[in-house]
Amino acid sequence: MAGTLAQYSEIVGEEVIDHLKQLAKTLSGARVVHVNSTRQGGGVAEILSWLIPLKNELGLNASWEVIEGDESFYQCTKSFHNAIQGNHIPIPQHLLNSYEETNQRNAERLRSKLEEADFVFIHDPQPAAFLKSCPGRKGKWIWRCHIDVSHPYRPVWKYLRQFVEYYDASIWSLAEFAQPLSHPAYLVPPSIDPLSEKNIELSNLELRKVLEEFDIDPDRPIVVQVSRFDRFKDPVGAIQACRLAKSYTPFQLILAGGGATDDPEGDMVFQEVKNAADNDPDIHILLLPPDAHRKVNALQRIADIILQKSVREGFGLTVTEGLWKGKPVIGGETGGIKLQVVNHYTGFLVKTPEGAALRIRYLLKHQNKIDEMGRKAKEFVRENFLLTRHLREYLTIMAAVVHNSSERIEIR
Amino acid sequence: MPEPFAVKDCALIAIGTGERAQNLRELRDHLMTTHPGCIYYHFWGGLLRPRFDDPEYQNDFAAWAWRGLHDIRLAERLAIIDPVEFPDIESLRKEILEVIEERLEESEMVPWARQGYLFHFIRSQIVVFDTDVRIERPEQLIGLLRRMSLGSIFYHYIDARRRSAGKRDDFSEWLMGFGGEYVKLVQCLSNIDPYFSTLAELRQEIQRAFLNFTATGG
Repeated sequence: MAGTLAQYSEIVGEEVIDHLKQLAKTLSGARVVHVNSTRQGGGVAEILSWLIPLKNELGLNASWEVIEGDESFYQCTKSFHNAIQGNHIPIPQHLLNSYEETNQRNAERLRSKLEEADFVFIHDPQPAAFLKSCPGRKGKWIWRCHIDVSHPYRPVWKYLRQFVEYYDASIWSLAEFAQPLSHPAYLVPPSIDPLSEKNIELSNLELRKVLEEFDIDPDRPIVVQVSRFDRFKDPVGAIQACRLAKSYTPFQLILAGGGATDDPEGDMVFQEVKNAADNDPDIHILLLPPDAHRKVNALQRIADIILQKSVREGFGLTVTEGLWKGKPVIGGETGGIKLQVVNHYTGFLVKTPEGAALRIRYLLKHQNKIDEMGRKAKEFVRENFLLTRHLREYLTIMAAVVHNSSERIEIR
Repeated sequence: MPEPFAVKDCALIAIGTGERAQNLRELRDHLMTTHPGCIYYHFWGGLLRPRFDDPEYQNDFAAWAWRGLHDIRLAERLAIIDPVEFPDIESLRKEILEVIEERLEESEMVPWARQGYLFHFIRSQIVVFDTDVRIERPEQLIGLLRRMSLGSIFYHYIDARRRSAGKRDDFSEWLMGFGGEYVKLVQCLSNIDPYFSTLAELRQEIQRAFLNFTATGG
């Protein structure tokens, strides 16, 4: 359940909320539709679950729709995801046909709402072909890409580009992800909701219960990686790092992953991770349901260090969550992790399991560094990666796209 | 008496241009033609976007020279460029190019950055909106400044220099409309160096200038 603006003002300050209200006044009553591929699981669904109520509280008329597909559709979109992040995998024509048919069918279901909307935000490739099926659209259509597209597999990007280039604008998490398109490419890093189940303060009692539930020893250090069981998150690399480091400093590694309804590869990768862990009692592999937000929150709070050993990453909201809980993060030097983990300040950036092992050993030896980095980490997120900044940028883009793309827009 | 001071607010949004540089020569080539908004953003945008503590180098070109190219000499020379001293973006562009050309001439090899550390040219759009707050007398601003959003501070103190004929901040421009009454306050405001402050610090400094002025009776 998202908080209200008044609750957020206690965290970010009243002036920040006043600023949002002023900006939103210029968009009062605007009909806004967001479309993505899942209501639960993954960062996009989390963002939308707070973004929609807050836009409504600010006087906009916002709603959230989800594209529904069958197995071949999700196979296709998972392949898009992998290819866009650099895997060279051609996608068979029958899957592409399924993708286009699913988009057309869903767009027809939602057509009147989409065509009447003042703003339509389409998230990621799954519903990207909607635009083609809405020729009577009246508002501005914006494609929001949450994925690392810095080195896409070109044939797949070329296929997707035919859909996204006709949007009025696109939004990317980082400049290095933005592909050249003929419309403005806005840069907006995502954010977290400090009042969501995943980030809200928890009692010690609740933390103790989670330790007991998963049979975790509270007296030995804990390193936690939270992410889907996805090869780009390198859970096997995290296990390798654990093995390299724990002979020097005993600790427990928790790999906690939620599933998402749009990820058909999750089970396979989960098995690979279990095989790599080889029943090591110090490696806890937890497959959590997609709505286990409080448990994820608790696991991050009981951690001494947060690990995010990704080899590709869109932004890495689990990194933001870890930083917000006052923990240093050891993260793969990739994508949005580079924006959040400031070497030696909020954590360490690493390239290899060896690098991760080295930094785990270093931090577990220097508790004062864990505390110092943790304090800086929390403030860094407060300043830069909370939803109020994100919301402001969405409102700014909406104001900008309706007033063409000139450098200076004065709203009277 | 001048017109009441109209308090405005703004939000800056970044736009990727797709232009990128992997070495110093590419940076120079793009700099010669890139949108003036890019130069503005890479000097001033840091005030309104994520960054950690006090950055070692105040503008993005200097920061890249150090973090991307590992060329500390170039980083230092670029970092010392103070955009406040230049009357417009084009003269600032010329100065950056001058520094880079000099470094290219000195270097036996063109410094380059590895993949993942390219320089990405970014420009920005600024959306300005009216808060409907109007100030009749300068003394009224003192109470208001404390609660003024950082967007308003950016708009009236930083962005104003690009807009106003006198290349001054909006507060000074308005105060000058009262004749010689506030000349000392205008002087104090012009002595504030906005380049090495965060917007929150800048807000405090402006507020302090107003408070000192009223405390000393002008």
